[in-house]
Amino acid sequence: MTNSLRTPYDGVVIAAPVTIPYVRYSIESAQWWIGRALSALVAQAGIKASDIDGLCVSSFTMGTDSGIGLTQHFGLCVRWLDTIPLGGASAVAGLRKAARAVQAHDADIVACVAGDTNHVDSFRLTLENFSRFNQDAVYPYGAGGANASFALIARNYMRTFGVTREDVGRIAVAQRANALRNPHALMKAPLTLEQYLAARPISDPIHLFDCVMPCAGAEAFLVMREDTAASLGLPAARLLSTIERHNAFADDPMQVRGGWAMDIGELYAMAGVKPDDLDVVQTYDDYPVITMMQFEDLGFCKKGEGAEFVRQHDLTIDGDFPHNTSGGQLSAGQAGAAGAYLGLVEGLRQVLGTAGPTQVRNASLALASGFGMINYDRGLASGAAIFAGPSR
Amino acid sequence: MIEPIKPPRRKNPLLRTRLPASPPRPRSRTSHGFTRAAAEGRFMLQRCEACGAFAYPAREACPSCLSSGLTFVDAPRRGMLLSEATARVPSDVYFRERAPWRIGLVRMDCGPTIVAHLHADCVEGAPVRMSLQLDKSGQAVAFAHPEGETPNMADDKQWREMTADPKFRRVLVTNGRSVIGQEAVAALKAAGARTVFVGVAEPWRPFAGEKLLRGQDGIEIVTLDAADEKSAADLAADIGGKVDILVNTTEYVRPGGLLDRRGTSIARDEIDQAYLGFINLAQAFGLAMRMRGADGINNSAAWVNILSVYALSNWPAFGAYSASQAACLSLSHCLRAELRPGGVRVMNLFTGPVDTEWFQTVPPPKVAPRAIAQAIVSGLKGGLEEMYVGDVAEEIRQRLAANPKALERELDR
Ligand SMILES: [Zn+2]
Repeated sequence: MTNSLRTPYDGVVIAAPVTIPYVRYSIESAQWWIGRALSALVAQAGIKASDIDGLCVSSFTMGTDSGIGLTQHFGLCVRWLDTIPLGGASAVAGLRKAARAVQAHDADIVACVAGDTNHVDSFRLTLENFSRFNQDAVYPYGAGGANASFALIARNYMRTFGVTREDVGRIAVAQRANALRNPHALMKAPLTLEQYLAARPISDPIHLFDCVMPCAGAEAFLVMREDTAASLGLPAARLLSTIERHNAFADDPMQVRGGWAMDIGELYAMAGVKPDDLDVVQTYDDYPVITMMQFEDLGFCKKGEGAEFVRQHDLTIDGDFPHNTSGGQLSAGQAGAAGAYLGLVEGLRQVLGTAGPTQVRNASLALASGFGMINYDRGLASGAAIFAGPSR
Repeated sequence: MIEPIKPPRRKNPLLRTRLPASPPRPRSRTSHGFTRAAAEGRFMLQRCEACGAFAYPAREACPSCLSSGLTFVDAPRRGMLLSEATARVPSDVYFRERAPWRIGLVRMDCGPTIVAHLHADCVEGAPVRMSLQLDKSGQAVAFAHPEGETPNMADDKQWREMTADPKFRRVLVTNGRSVIGQEAVAALKAAGARTVFVGVAEPWRPFAGEKLLRGQDGIEIVTLDAADEKSAADLAADIGGKVDILVNTTEYVRPGGLLDRRGTSIARDEIDQAYLGFINLAQAFGLAMRMRGADGINNSAAWVNILSVYALSNWPAFGAYSASQAACLSLSHCLRAELRPGGVRVMNLFTGPVDTEWFQTVPPPKVAPRAIAQAIVSGLKGGLEEMYVGDVAEEIRQRLAANPKALERELDR
């Protein structure tokens, strides 16, 4: 165990998990979706919009807006504001910052929101304007965004560790089973391993069911101190630990691990728990092979044992390793930056016991991880958080 | 292994002509260091002056030591293919029409990792040889080749997108009366061009070398006087839709500068022949070429100009001629921009004095017309944009890059 000098998140809680049901395409703007999420936060928490004094926003499709424009747009007067452009790591990064803000009384109630719209051409426009390295050295190669970049990583990872498509497919198939219990998931048809294996190739070895479906939607939660939640009578989860890392292992010629592997000791030490103690795990599943990598890097098995781990465990809601219980991005849809929030918000519902049809029995301890930003040849950003429900 | 490409069949007029599309074009300014290298067929990477590390993609500071002293230098081309991916349904229109499209991640022996287009014979885990190429948007991309020769190597589908190989293409050489024109015809034919049209003004008037062209299989003499707008337009009406590569071999060389000539009549001829001739050709053939930039195996692919290297810096002994060449060089950049949406490349060959009658008073070294013809073919096969043929041209290029003012003084001799 790593000794941590970090200040514990004593008294910091997360509350009011909000998901605005996704749609495949939307003619509404990102601002519209973020507005719906803020409205739902206020309603669920039983507060007034004027009680929100901190705002943290993530979105790919807000155009020229950032958090500051949204304060006026939504009539919010805040004393703490952040815009986090970290793609799939935005939720953990936002949570970390908001937690310290409320802990230090810089703010009392921080609304963390991510939302994106999906017009017919917005996915392409997002890709085109992603980053300088992407513009110079990836986009001209027809990669068309993440599929080909992840195909390079997936192919190398699978060959290096002897992972088959069948191994990876188990993750996607289990998540689809979970999604069938989530009324808001975009994917509504069952998926068998045979169907998974027979799917058409998109960018070998990435096939159809390895890909998320871009969509429109929003996710949100509130971060506050325990005493604030108590005075509002609001059920809340205690934040136990977080990690965040960018551009880790830059000397690895190809990505076979994410930044989690660098900080994993600290994650569990700070939380005072072991991987086995977790009741539910929500990984960032932009591709199932990335989830397999997280099983290793988050300490559930050793590097190279991800395939064996998946074979040995049942990843469905009622299984021995409940994972991505809402269906994850693979089956619920990827609403842009809200995809980063999906797992954290679902994990929050789980430990609060409000997940409804996807509820894992007696879940009280959850881990949610994030991953993002294929700037050039690898995902640069990674993060994770562990939090506990009131019953623990 | 690559299947050899097959000669294109006669076009079915009912089928859709595939319209040109461009791969993504935006690049950072620094990244155009690769464009400069690719234009000349060089392989360059940024290298840190402080710590010696190579870097890629283009950066503003060294990722090893944060120095801003990153310069583009010729770099070792060898690397190892780490992983590959085949895009089946890319979102980009250009790649979607050409899918499946194969790319890979190459770890260079000198350090950096490069996403590259792959030649079909590249194998994962095996060494590759990297080059920088200009794609159909005219921008630099990395291209990985197998380390050694493989059968039908140049017929690779993805490689052919990066080049303007004469194989199976139809070429117009604009001036068959000149030795350069005749050598170009022979070299292009030898390189597999299906038809070479050779422009000759007043073809009933006999000319030296005529029998090299007349009655030869795959060579057609056509009437063309580039300086005559109507002549160019008439020929384009006849064969404009069948010119895949145009080689502008217009030559009009006269000695003299400003003060040793009287009046403007010679200068006017120089402008008529070289500059206005270029305009006539561009207006007659350019539009159809731009339209046919993606039209199958024998799509239109390139426009070649043969320019005097003194277009870059005036040589007073041939001062007015140098100026006419400078005008053509400037115009070639305009043509390049206007043909770019069609994916048609403009290649400029810069030569020193050529071993022909009008340079007879100039001492050696002079460029043999055959060397120019061979350079045309190798430039087209390599997908180049700038070539310097012969020792004089190469030396002027270097001197110009080092100190333009010194070159100006040196040419005044
Ligand atoms: Zn350095």
